Amino acid sequence: MSARLFLIYINFVELLSKLEKLNNLDIQAIRADFPILKREVNGKPLVYLDNGATTQKPQAVIDAIMAYYTDMNSNVHRGVHYLSQISTDAFEVTRRKVQEFIHAEHDYEVIITKGTTDSINLVATCYGQEFVHEGDEIIISAMEHHSNIVPWQMLCETKKAVLKVIPMNEAGELDMDAYAAMLNDKTKLVSVNYVSNALGTINPIREIIRLAHAKNVPVLLDAAQAVQHLKIDVQELDVDFLVFSGHKMYGPTGVGVLYGKEKWLNAMPPYQGGGDMIKDVSFEKTTYNELPFKFEAGTPNIEAGITLNAAIDYINSLGLDNIKAYEDDLLAYATERLQEVEGIRFIGTAKEKSSVISFVVDGTHPYDIGVILDKLGIAVRTGHHCAQPVMEQYGIPGTVRASLAVYNTKEEIDALVAGVKRAVAMLV
Amino acid sequence: MTINEIQDELIEDFAFYSDWMEKYEYIIQLGKELPLIDEANKQEQYIIKGCQSKVWLFPEMKDGKLWFTADSDAVITKGLVSLMVKVLSGHTPKEIADADLYFIEQIGLKEHLSPTRANGLLAMVKQMKLYALALQAKVS
Repeated sequence: MSARLFLIYINFVELLSKLEKLNNLDIQAIRADFPILKREVNGKPLVYLDNGATTQKPQAVIDAIMAYYTDMNSNVHRGVHYLSQISTDAFEVTRRKVQEFIHAEHDYEVIITKGTTDSINLVATCYGQEFVHEGDEIIISAMEHHSNIVPWQMLCETKKAVLKVIPMNEAGELDMDAYAAMLNDKTKLVSVNYVSNALGTINPIREIIRLAHAKNVPVLLDAAQAVQHLKIDVQELDVDFLVFSGHKMYGPTGVGVLYGKEKWLNAMPPYQGGGDMIKDVSFEKTTYNELPFKFEAGTPNIEAGITLNAAIDYINSLGLDNIKAYEDDLLAYATERLQEVEGIRFIGTAKEKSSVISFVVDGTHPYDIGVILDKLGIAVRTGHHCAQPVMEQYGIPGTVRASLAVYNTKEEIDALVAGVKRAVAMLV
Repeated sequence: MTINEIQDELIEDFAFYSDWMEKYEYIIQLGKELPLIDEANKQEQYIIKGCQSKVWLFPEMKDGKLWFTADSDAVITKGLVSLMVKVLSGHTPKEIADADLYFIEQIGLKEHLSPTRANGLLAMVKQMKLYALALQAKVS
């Protein structure tokens, strides 16, 4: 072969391998992006399967945090000086990045909050103040996390409104007929999760929204367990509010998002009073700032707000479709392999699931399994996962939950299965 | 045996086990020796808050000494309760209230003592001492 032909051949091979990577993630390269995955725990390589609680951070996010404090630190939205301007610009870049990420119509429909819990409390307080009155009804589901239960209970108590709960079946799927029958003229809001943190169920949100809108009822989607796994388009969904956290999507802690349709956010009174959310303040009368600042009182978590941008870039660089395909494959593998464990019972067996595998083993307490897995370097969550009503429905004190991220591997699932078998041998 | 003699004996026992697996197997074994709480006493007021698993602890005074019976639905937690009961049960309230529980650190279970730990070992110790203090006040 001539040298020239050989070069063409090499280029062709390189091109092919690049094309392949577009469709298939290079998991070893992804793992190399997360420095913490190299560490050991209790003398064993870390197997991190607690991603539903929080994900690890790629080097790009860690670098962005370092760069913020090294190069940029300054308060946002108030200084004429150079640093304040560049940090304000960077903060607003994140807002627009989030807008693109969830395909919101306007950037001012994106409110930067402390996290999912903060976002839900904001809506419960402000939407509740304006639109919920005595005898009205709020609908949530039987598989909500405490942060999508308690704010509504508090609102209902203050306003003498009624909280309705969509029941679910044994598999962990919502009873949609019961839901449809629940909607009426008194319903003021439906607030449900997209993906259940305890069960992994992906809820039929299009149908939930369609049925609610048919009765002119707005819908809040808790997407804390969804944004890192599934592509979300708020305009296509026509959802009224969407909330999520940065730290569960490879980003920093202490930052989250509330997306709200402009018409709702404008009609709602401000949340907290303070700096940034005002136009003019006198002791007689304060006029409020416009969106989004009306809901962003006080100095935000600037570092996290700015560096959430890097986390979204990271997700985009992998592509949510690729992430989903890979994680679905891994979930199927984990579900199949764990069936080898004698006495295992899966909690949450919905047809549509995402990245969460929750289980109990006959004759053992989830806590005991968690302690032994920890000794083997395997991080899972045990307990009620802040979803006590879910555990109550199944009549169990809690579960062992392995929750997956894009950097997990089949070898790690093998380690989990071996670990659970070892624990069961010790405990039963 | 005094509280310290029991502690020293446990430290000796644990020194025998070098790896964590054996240690935990021993703790699970100790759980089986726990004097079990009467089913009738498994009431809300005897549940120790702050444990991921359920722990019941029942105090009883007999001949001037404080005795504990207990149970848990998780076997490792049950082993930890059993350790505490072994050390503290059957002593006077004053001895229990004044006890310095140095054995926990020496047998390598200090990690379980942090207040944020879900097993509630710290809550157990606190509750046992609280019973002792209350009874001591009653006696004097």
